[in-house]
Amino acid sequence: MSQGHSTYQPTNGFMKWLDQRLPLPRLMYDSFVAYPVPRNLNGWYTFGGILSIMLVAQILTGVVLAMHYVSNTAMAFDSVEHIMRDVNYGWLMRRLHASGASMFFVAVYIHIFRGMYYGSYKDPREVLWILGVLIYLLMMATAFMGYVLPWGQMSFWGATVITGFFSAIPWIGTSIQEFLLGGFAVDNATLNRFYSLHYLLPFIIAGVVILHVWALHVTGQTNPTGVEVKNFRKETVPFTPYATIKDAFALVIFFIVFAWFVFYLPDYLGHPDNYVEANPLKTPTHIVPEWYFLPFYAILRAITFNISIPFTDVVLINSKLGGVIAMFASILVLFFLPWLDTSKVKSANYRPLYRQFFWIFVLVCIGLGWLGAKPAEGIYPTISLVLTIYYFAHFFIILPWLGWVEKTKPMPPSIADAVLAKQTQPAE
Amino acid sequence: MAKKAAALAVEAEPTRRDFLYVATATLGAVGAVATAWPFIDQMNPDASTRALASIEVDISAIEPGQAITLKWRGKPVFIRNRTEKEIEEAKAVELSQLKDPVARNDNLAVDAPATDANRGAAEGKENWIVMVGSCTHLGCVPVGLAGDFGGWFCPCHGSHYDTAGRIRKGPAPENLLVPVYSFLSDTTLRIG
Repeated sequence: MSQGHSTYQPTNGFMKWLDQRLPLPRLMYDSFVAYPVPRNLNGWYTFGGILSIMLVAQILTGVVLAMHYVSNTAMAFDSVEHIMRDVNYGWLMRRLHASGASMFFVAVYIHIFRGMYYGSYKDPREVLWILGVLIYLLMMATAFMGYVLPWGQMSFWGATVITGFFSAIPWIGTSIQEFLLGGFAVDNATLNRFYSLHYLLPFIIAGVVILHVWALHVTGQTNPTGVEVKNFRKETVPFTPYATIKDAFALVIFFIVFAWFVFYLPDYLGHPDNYVEANPLKTPTHIVPEWYFLPFYAILRAITFNISIPFTDVVLINSKLGGVIAMFASILVLFFLPWLDTSKVKSANYRPLYRQFFWIFVLVCIGLGWLGAKPAEGIYPTISLVLTIYYFAHFFIILPWLGWVEKTKPMPPSIADAVLAKQTQPAE
Repeated sequence: MAKKAAALAVEAEPTRRDFLYVATATLGAVGAVATAWPFIDQMNPDASTRALASIEVDISAIEPGQAITLKWRGKPVFIRNRTEKEIEEAKAVELSQLKDPVARNDNLAVDAPATDANRGAAEGKENWIVMVGSCTHLGCVPVGLAGDFGGWFCPCHGSHYDTAGRIRKGPAPENLLVPVYSFLSDTTLRIG
C-alpha cells in the first residue's frame, strides 16, 4: 500500500534545509501522518499501537527500577522491598512494571488472535507475521528473566524448572544448562546474567518492532473484509487524525484496566510464594509460572509417557524430552502458520467453518491455561493431553483440511462495496 | 573428455589474487572465532564455583530413620540413615519393576543395574544413602519420607521415588543421582 510518492511539504526554511540532509521528519510524516489505513478497521486493530506504548512504558519504569535494584543474591530480595517501602514512588514504579508485564501479554494475545481471525498472516504478510512471532518469543524470554530478579521462591524455582528444560537435550543437555546458569544450580551468576539480558532484550524487541512496522507499511494493513485496498481515495483514511485518535481512545480504556490492577489488585496476577525469599533447599508445593505461560506449561506437563519404538523397550524420546519438545513446538508452529492455513480467503467473516474452529481454538488455549495452574495429579494430565493433541491438530490437520473443503461466503468486490452494503442495510 | 576437462582446468586456474582472498578470509574467520570464544566461555561456571566442588560432612548425629539435607554445588544433597525395614523394602524390588533400571551412581560404572546395593553405600554401610536432591524431571527438591513408595515425592510434577531413591512413578526419567562420595572415617563423609 506504499503509495510511492511522499506528500510531505517542509513548512519553513530550517525544515527544507534538514529535509535535504536527514529526511527524518519526512519519514515520520509519511509513516504516521499521511500513511493510509483502511477505513473499515475495527477496535481489534488498535492493539498494535497499544503494544508499542506498553513497550515504551515498560522500558521507562524498568530503567527507573534499575536505579534502585541490586542484582546480588544476598541483596536482591531486600532491594525490591526497599523499592516498595523506601524509594519515593518506588511502589508505583514496581507495580506499573509488574502489572505492566501482564497487560503487555493481554494486549499481545488479543493482537495475535486478531491476526488469526482475520488471516493477517497470509500472502503477502508472511514476513510481517514471522517478525511478530519473533517479538513474542523475545517478550517471553524477557518476562521470564524479569520474574527471576525479585529473587523470591517462585523466581528461583521457576528459573530452575525452565533452565531444566535444556537438561532434557540428550548428551550435551547438562553442559548447556550449566553454561546458561554459570554454575551447577541457579545462583548469583545466574541472577546477574539474567539482569543484564533483561535490560538488553527490550531494546532488541524495539529493533524488531521497527522491522515489524516497516513490513506492515510495505504491505499495508489487513482489514475485516480481507479484501486488499483497491482505491486509495475511497477506501483509506490518513493515519492522522483517524487512526491516531482511535488508537488513543482504545489506549485510554486499556490504561483504565491497567490502572485498576496497579492500584486495586497489584498482587492479583502474581504469586504469594514470591514474597518468600529464594531458598535453594526447599521447593514450594506448587510451582506455577506467570499466567501468560500457563498454556505452554500445561503442554509441557501433558507428556508423562516415554515414546518407544513400537513393540520394543527402546525409548526414543523419554517423557521429559517429549514434554519439552511439545512445549517448544507449540510456539514454533506459529512461524509456519502462513503455510499451514491453505485457504485463500483471509477473513474469518467469510469462512463459516474456520470461524467456528477459531473460537474452539481460543477456548482450547484458555482451557490449557486453566490446566497449567492445576496440580499435575488425577484427571488433569489426561485432559491436558487431550487439549494438547487438539492444539496441534488445529495447525496440522484442521487448517490444511479446511482450505480444501470449506465453502466460503462470496467476497465483496472491494472494501468500499462492503462498507456501503453495510450502510444501506443497517438491520443486518 | 580428457581434453574438455583440461580446458576447464585452464579456465578455472586459481590466480594469486584468489589465493590471497581465500587466505585472508580464512584467517579472518579463525580470528573471529578466537575472539568470540572468551565472550562465550565467560558464561561457564567460574573458578570460585568450581572450587566448591567437594565438601566434608559429619554424619555421627544422624540416627536411623533420619535424614539431613545440605548444600553442595548450589544443590541440595540428601544423606539418609535408612532403617532395616526401608532397606528390606528396597531390596525386595525386582529390576523389571523399575522405570529406570540403571543405578545412576557416579561411584560405579555407568551401566550398573539399579539394585539396592548399587544405590546405597558400600557393604556394611548400606543403611546410608547419599543423593543429589534434585528431581531428575526439572530440578525441584523432592520431599523426604513421602510418596507412594515411602521414599521421596516431588511436589512439582508428581514424581514418586522409593527408599533407594529410584523413580517409580511420575514424569521424572531417571533415578536420583548418587554423587561421587567416600567415607573418610565412620562418621565423616566427603562429597565430590
